[in-house]
This record gives sequence, structure tokens and C-alpha cells, in this order.
Amino acid sequence: MLKTLSAFAIGLVFGIGIMLSGMANPAKVLNFFDIFGTWDPSLMFVMGGALVVTAIGYRLVFRMGHPLLADGFSLPTRKDLDAKLIGGSSIFGIGWGLSGFCPGGLVPALGLGRMEPVIAATAIVAGMIAFRIVNRLRTDTSAASANQA
Amino acid sequence: MDGLEKMTEFTPVMSLLGGVLIGIATVALMGIHGRIAGINGIVGGLLTSPASSDWSWRAAFILGMIVSPIAISAVTGDLPQISVPVEPLMLAVGGFLVGIGTSLGSGCTSGHGVCGMARLSARSIVATLTFMATGLLTVYLTRHVIGG
Repeated sequence: MLKTLSAFAIGLVFGIGIMLSGMANPAKVLNFFDIFGTWDPSLMFVMGGALVVTAIGYRLVFRMGHPLLADGFSLPTRKDLDAKLIGGSSIFGIGWGLSGFCPGGLVPALGLGRMEPVIAATAIVAGMIAFRIVNRLRTDTSAASANQA
Repeated sequence: MDGLEKMTEFTPVMSLLGGVLIGIATVALMGIHGRIAGINGIVGGLLTSPASSDWSWRAAFILGMIVSPIAISAVTGDLPQISVPVEPLMLAVGGFLVGIGTSLGSGCTSGHGVCGMARLSARSIVATLTFMATGLLTVYLTRHVIGG
């Protein structure tokens, strides 16, 4: 219960930060990318503020040894720069540039009761599910061919 | 005149304040739950393991995010305003690509751009530079080459 309540409160603060910052506003996001047109550099300040606080805060938090309500820190361990990372990030950037919504910007926008965020969210979830289906099929196929060999 | 209606107000103070709040929440999620605040990853976990013990904190976090505009309106009296200068079809196409790309690339703006960059992860730095570059290129092409 405490875990759920605390996650709710943290999500609330995260969402308020997103809303105030402008990340949930596609007009602002697209203008941030439009450096040769109607450039709005505001989102550099979002990234700057979030990065400085997180870089310092993470260092303090990791010194505690373990999180308050969990056994350990769940951190990615991979170090390799593979084609999936670069290809996936390229595709994400194209989708972000077309729609103006990244996942973090989109979720709080759903609370505004407008239609556009619902369309984009449905499409994002569809993309995530499509990826998982294709990934599972490919894993099954390679496992089957490995068995045959 | 093409530019005037597309202009948005430069908001360095609000954006910095928003960024600081995002940072505080990101640090809290790690300090309390030991988790990376990557929105794509948190939502992805909701899709794959509906019965796991992980499900409730993920759902609660996302719910907190969704109600955040209502919390803001409780203080200011108004829902925050956004403007979406994108056709529904393009929202759907773009959203679909965001879903595939963040799954394939294991992260989005929050996961790679904030959490990973703050840890100086090489993968996250490369990912962030990549999606920023293709985002910039996409807007350049749609606004100045194709769309004009």
C-alpha cells in the first residue's frame, strides 16, 4: 500500500513537472526542433534542470546502499552500442518529430480531456504491442531453427 | 507571416522549474523504489505482466501523471493549455513510430535523456543524441522541405 501511494505521489510530481515544463505541449516541442523556423529553446531548460537535479540526486541516493521500499536498485547493465539502440532511437525521433508527443509528455496530456493525446497514446501502445508480437515471433523462429540444427 | 501563428512563448523559468520537478521525481523513484523513471519502460511493464507484484506501483505512477493537470487546475483554477498543430493521421503514424522506436531502442526522453544521461551511460548518450537528431531532421523536412 505504501509503495503504491508513494508511486502515485511521485508520478503526480513528475506529471506536474512535465505540464509546467511544456513537454506535454506539441506546439512547443515541435518549435524546439524547428531551429531554422519558429525556434523556441525553452525545452533546453527542462533537460538542463532535470539532468542537474538527477545527476546530483542519484549520487546521494546510491550512497544509501539500497532504496527505502525495495531490496536493490534496478539499473540497466548493458554497455554495448548496438544497431537496435541506434535504429530504435532514430525511429523514436522521427515519430516524436511527426507527432510532437514523447511518452513522458503524452501521459499527463491524457488528463486534459482532449482527443489528440488519446489518438497518440493508442498509437504508441499499438506500436509497443506490435513490437512485442514481432519480437516474440522472431524469438520463436530462431529457437525453432536452433532446435532443428 | 507563416511563422507568427506557429510561435510559442519562450518560457525559460517555467521550463526550468518543470525540469527540476521532473528531476526530483526521478530521484525519488530511484531512492524509494529503486527504479528508473523511464515512462516507456514503466508503461511497457504494464503491457507484459498484468499479475506481477510490479504492476501496482507502475499503474499508480502512471495514474499520478494522468491526474497531474487536474491537480494544477485545483491550484490555478484552469487546466493547463496545450496546442496540437498536427493532423490526427500524423498523430497516429508518429505515435506508432514512437511505440516501436522506444521499444527497440529501450528508452525514451525520460529513460535515456534524463535517467541514463545523469548516470553518464554511453548507450543513453548515444540514444539521446540520435533521437534529438532525427526529431530535428523530421521537423526540418516536414516544415521546410515537404510541407513548406
